[in-house]
Amino acid sequence: MKTDQKLQRITAFFAVAVIAVAAGAGLLRADDPLKIGFVYVSPIGDAGWTYQHELGRQAIIAEFGDRIDTSYVESVPEGADAERVIRQLAADGNTLIFTTSFGYMNPTIKVARQFPNVTFAHATGYKRSDNVSTYLARFYEGRYLTGIVAGSMTKSNIIGYVAAFPIPEVVRGINAFTRGARSVNPDIEVRVVWVSSWYDPGKEREAAEALIDQGADVVTQHTDSTAVVQAAQDREVYAIGYHSDMSKYGPDAHLTASTHVWNGYYIDSVNAVLGGGASSTDVWGGIAQDMVELAPLNDAVPADVRAQVETAREAISNGELHPFAGPVNDNSGTERVPAGEVLSDGDLLSMDYYVEGVQGTLP
Amino acid sequence: MDGMDTAIAILVGTIRAGTPLVFAALGELIAEKSGVLNLGVEGMMLVGAVAGFIATVLTGNPYFGILAAIAAGILLSLVFGTLTQVLLTNQVATGLALTIFGIGMSAFIGLDFVGTPIEGLKPIPIPFLADIPIVGPLLFNHDALIYFSIVMFALVSWFLFHSRGGLILRAVGESHHAAHAIGYSVVKIRFLAVMFGGAMAGLAGAYLSLVYTPQWAENMTAGRGWIALALVVFATWRPGRVLIGAYLFGGITILSLHVQAVGYDVSSHLVATLPYLATVIVLAMISRDATKIRLNAPASLGKPFHPGA
Repeated sequence: MKTDQKLQRITAFFAVAVIAVAAGAGLLRADDPLKIGFVYVSPIGDAGWTYQHELGRQAIIAEFGDRIDTSYVESVPEGADAERVIRQLAADGNTLIFTTSFGYMNPTIKVARQFPNVTFAHATGYKRSDNVSTYLARFYEGRYLTGIVAGSMTKSNIIGYVAAFPIPEVVRGINAFTRGARSVNPDIEVRVVWVSSWYDPGKEREAAEALIDQGADVVTQHTDSTAVVQAAQDREVYAIGYHSDMSKYGPDAHLTASTHVWNGYYIDSVNAVLGGGASSTDVWGGIAQDMVELAPLNDAVPADVRAQVETAREAISNGELHPFAGPVNDNSGTERVPAGEVLSDGDLLSMDYYVEGVQGTLP
Repeated sequence: MDGMDTAIAILVGTIRAGTPLVFAALGELIAEKSGVLNLGVEGMMLVGAVAGFIATVLTGNPYFGILAAIAAGILLSLVFGTLTQVLLTNQVATGLALTIFGIGMSAFIGLDFVGTPIEGLKPIPIPFLADIPIVGPLLFNHDALIYFSIVMFALVSWFLFHSRGGLILRAVGESHHAAHAIGYSVVKIRFLAVMFGGAMAGLAGAYLSLVYTPQWAENMTAGRGWIALALVVFATWRPGRVLIGAYLFGGITILSLHVQAVGYDVSSHLVATLPYLATVIVLAMISRDATKIRLNAPASLGKPFHPGA
């Protein structure tokens, strides 16, 4: 035992010495930038999920300048290929790596085990470890606000929603949007068309046109292209963007968009690593943390609606308003949240029903 | 909106959704009838889409865009033709490589044009005819490319089965040695067929980037090239069945979107598989005669030919 302790002390001494020397070397070479890698699931483009992460990367470059050295790999398929890319980034000396798609979860965890000195942050996942953090935004808060805008601007009381796949993340958005719309106009009916694809501009456009043909005069989408906004522009109805400000695709149609803002989270993460205090965290921030923002409202949106949106935004931000505050009924009339309560985070993450106001049944 | 308007909207949508498939599949049909299997349709479509889009942005005229798309499709098909017909590489591998190349190449040259707005191709109502109720909006109020796709369908059908050139083309596809022996230049004829396939795939791409969704976005064909390829086989190399298959696939896709938009309770999973299912079933039904399938399939499809061999 004694020898063991002695051995430990000696080891500890050497460890400290090595760290001190390394730190000294680090101080001497203070211009050695922190290497940061990003893994993107799709091309950056100029709107959409990946584009918003790229804006975050540019924000940390603006913030930290030559103290950091960033790189990214785009269009990385989820799965085995992702593991190779993530490992390569770690092997190349990146000490902070952001993996920005759900399907990178297992590869990230696996590579993180092999590189304990590298800090990883994985977007939208639920597996964490000592050097893997997760981060996600409460997109549904933005959806609720855009619902208010849509509900105020529709004349036909039919709103079209083009959606990719019936997973909780998408369903939550549909429900929050519907509740926002019905908070200002209880006659609203939201019709959902599932296109079974995250990205197929042609099909997304046809879905939007089908909804417009059925009387929708505001359309929105949870898919990755800008085709729905374009369709609205051509058919002279309104549209609500998602992920990014999509106003240039439909200057007249685009009322606003619920956008993702990762800038603050990325800056905080870099600060934590630079300060040596990086620890595994689980961030799920929303409007209060500036992780979800509305794109500028179209000039067509009247002042009273703007005021209403702003009031709701502040109420969500300071916690007075929760998009899923009871009573919440699903569209078959069953009460899901009684009055006076709010939906728990766990229930939010596993949402599998439509709220009142959405047409049809969830596939 | 009443039922009639909805029906017209669905039918017009059907034609629009089917048109890129008609172009691409007719082009591939000619190539395959000459005995060449080109799996690079998706790649040629993408290159056509991006070239057409860029030319439209630069000149402001979508008709120049269409020409550029045709040229780009032909250019890429020439690469394929040279590799498979002159250097005798494996057609399947080369075609797959062509698609991968086309995806990457189009993304690369289109990088600066993502998100650039353009004025897409506008419908050209045919005077008087377009004003007929129901039939007018259905048949006579389309953009130039849709009319052109019908013209091309008629041309391909006539060429294949009623012209001397078509006879030669089919002879080359059936038995290149026999065709060679009676003095036809197999390589030259196949080159032309492959180029036609490239031009048509380019047109299909142009339709997507100039009409369907007037924009350029990476990989915007979303697999339509592969569907066109499958259509040719399921239609047993008959232009008429290709046309039926393309509109059927487009139509059921559009119908399934409308069914959801109206608010009927249907499973989106089922709806997503229906276009594939229905197209396969219908085409399998109309071409269930195994002997005829064997007769229609070009016997030398995918086989390399060397004049000296």
